[in-house]
Amino acid sequence: MFRIKHHPILGDVDENKEDDVLIYVDGKEYNVRRGEMIAAALMANGIRVFRKTIKHNLPRGIFCGIGRCTDCVMTVNGIPNVRTCVTPVEDGMKIETQKGSGEWGGLGGKA
Amino acid sequence: MEKREVVVIGAGPAGLSAAIEAASAGCRVLLIDENSKPGGQLFKQIHKFFGSKEHRAGTRGINIGKELLEEAERLKIEVWLNSEVCGIFEQRKIWIVKDKKKTILLEADRIILATGASENAVSFPGWHLPGVMGAGAAQTMINIHRVLPGKRVLMIGSGNVGVIVSYQLLQAGAEVVAVVEGAPRLGGYGVHTAKIRRAGVPFYVSHTVASAEGSDKVEKATIVQIDSSWKPVYNTEIELEVDTICIAAGLTPLAELAYLAGCEFTFTPALGGHVPWHNRQMRTNLEHLYIAGDISGVEEASTAMEEGRMAGLQAAASLGYIIEDRKMEKEKLIQARLDGLRSGFFGEKRMNAKNAIFSAGGSCHESK
Repeated sequence: MFRIKHHPILGDVDENKEDDVLIYVDGKEYNVRRGEMIAAALMANGIRVFRKTIKHNLPRGIFCGIGRCTDCVMTVNGIPNVRTCVTPVEDGMKIETQKGSGEWGGLGGKA
Repeated sequence: MEKREVVVIGAGPAGLSAAIEAASAGCRVLLIDENSKPGGQLFKQIHKFFGSKEHRAGTRGINIGKELLEEAERLKIEVWLNSEVCGIFEQRKIWIVKDKKKTILLEADRIILATGASENAVSFPGWHLPGVMGAGAAQTMINIHRVLPGKRVLMIGSGNVGVIVSYQLLQAGAEVVAVVEGAPRLGGYGVHTAKIRRAGVPFYVSHTVASAEGSDKVEKATIVQIDSSWKPVYNTEIELEVDTICIAAGLTPLAELAYLAGCEFTFTPALGGHVPWHNRQMRTNLEHLYIAGDISGVEEASTAMEEGRMAGLQAAASLGYIIEDRKMEKEKLIQARLDGLRSGFFGEKRMNAKNAIFSAGGSCHESK
C-alpha cells in the first residue's frame, strides 16, 4: 500500500511477484521484493516501529536511511544491531523488533 | 601488504569524479565504498541540476550518476563495494573491512577522502516517534526504494533539500501538508519553491515544529510561530494531521577518517561545521591526503564533482602523471567552473567560506 508503482520521472514498476522472497517480521510472514533493503520492505508493508530505545523504551524507526545513524537497527537472523536500511532482504530472513541494544541469538537465532 | 597509487574512499559524485580524473591520467586507482552500489546519493537526485551547461545543468542527477559509472567502467577502475574503511594509520595505511568478513590493510601513495555528509537532527518533544526522519531519508525511500515513508508529510526547513524533497514527495504521490521555515524568509531555490507553492503546499515562515504526537508513530504535529530571537510566540500553535515529519536542517561533513588520519580542522558553520583544512587544490595539511565533496564543506553534487576532479588531478600530478603545464591548464578550467557554481545569491556565501579556509593556511606536514 506504500509502494510507488507509477512515477512521472522514474516510470512504472512492473509487479513481478514471482521474484518475491518470504521474510518473517516478529514471526509474521511478508512477501517482499528480492534484493530490497529490509527497511524499505517493512515500510512498504506499513511497519514503522523498528526498535525500542534502551533507556526509555520509546519506539524508533528510520532516520537517515543511508546507513549512517543506526536508528533503524533490528535483530536479523539472531544478530542484533543490523542496519536495516542498508541490509537487503533474503529468503527466509527472520527480523525482530529490537529492545534496547538487543541480544545475540534473539528469537530469529533460535528458530 | 597490497599497494595502490591512489585510493579514493567514497564512490559518490566526488569520489567517482576523483577516481576518473586520476585513472584517466594513468594512475592505478582503487575506489572503495561501504555500500553495495556506487553512486552515493546521486541516484536519488531525480531533479535537473542547476548551473550552466558545463556544470551539466538541465541533466538529472540520476543520469549524471549513470554516466559517471560508465566512465569509471570504461577506465577499468578497480572498485571495492561493501567495504568499510575503519581507519587510516601511519600516514598511508588504510584499514578496510570487506564484506563484513575479512580485514585488509592496504598502503596508498595518495588518499582522497570523499565520504560525504550526514543529515542533521532537530530535537523536539516527540522527536523519537517513528515517522520523524531526515528529508534525505524520505528521498531515498521514494526515489531509490520506491516506497512512501508516509502519506501526509510535514517538511521542516525550506532550503534546497526541503523544497526539492517536498516536490519529489508530491511526484511520488504523498501529500505535503506544510513546509515550515524558522527564518523569516524562504531559503531554497526559486524553481522548486515555486513548484510546490503552485501545487498548493502552504509555507509557514518564522515557524518551527513544537512537538510530534502519537502512540507508537507520528499521528500529529504542532507547529508554532517564533519571534526574532527564535522563541515560541504564545498562542500561535497550529495542529497538523501528519504521519511523517521530514527534517531538512542541513548536513554535517563526515570527517571521521580525516580526524583519524591527523588532518587539521577549521570550524566553518556556513559549510556545515568542522571541515578538514584544505587548499584550492583540495589537499589537506597532510601532503598525501586530499578531500573532495561534502567532507570539505557541504555544498552540492555539482561542486562535489568539480572538487573530485580537482583532487584527482592534483593527486595524479603529484605522482608525476601529468606535466606541470597541462596540470595548470586543467586546474584553471576546474577552478573557473567551481567559481561559476559559487556565484550568485546562494553561491556567494559558500564562496566566501571556502576562500576563508584557503587563506587560513595550513601547516603542511611533510610525509615521506
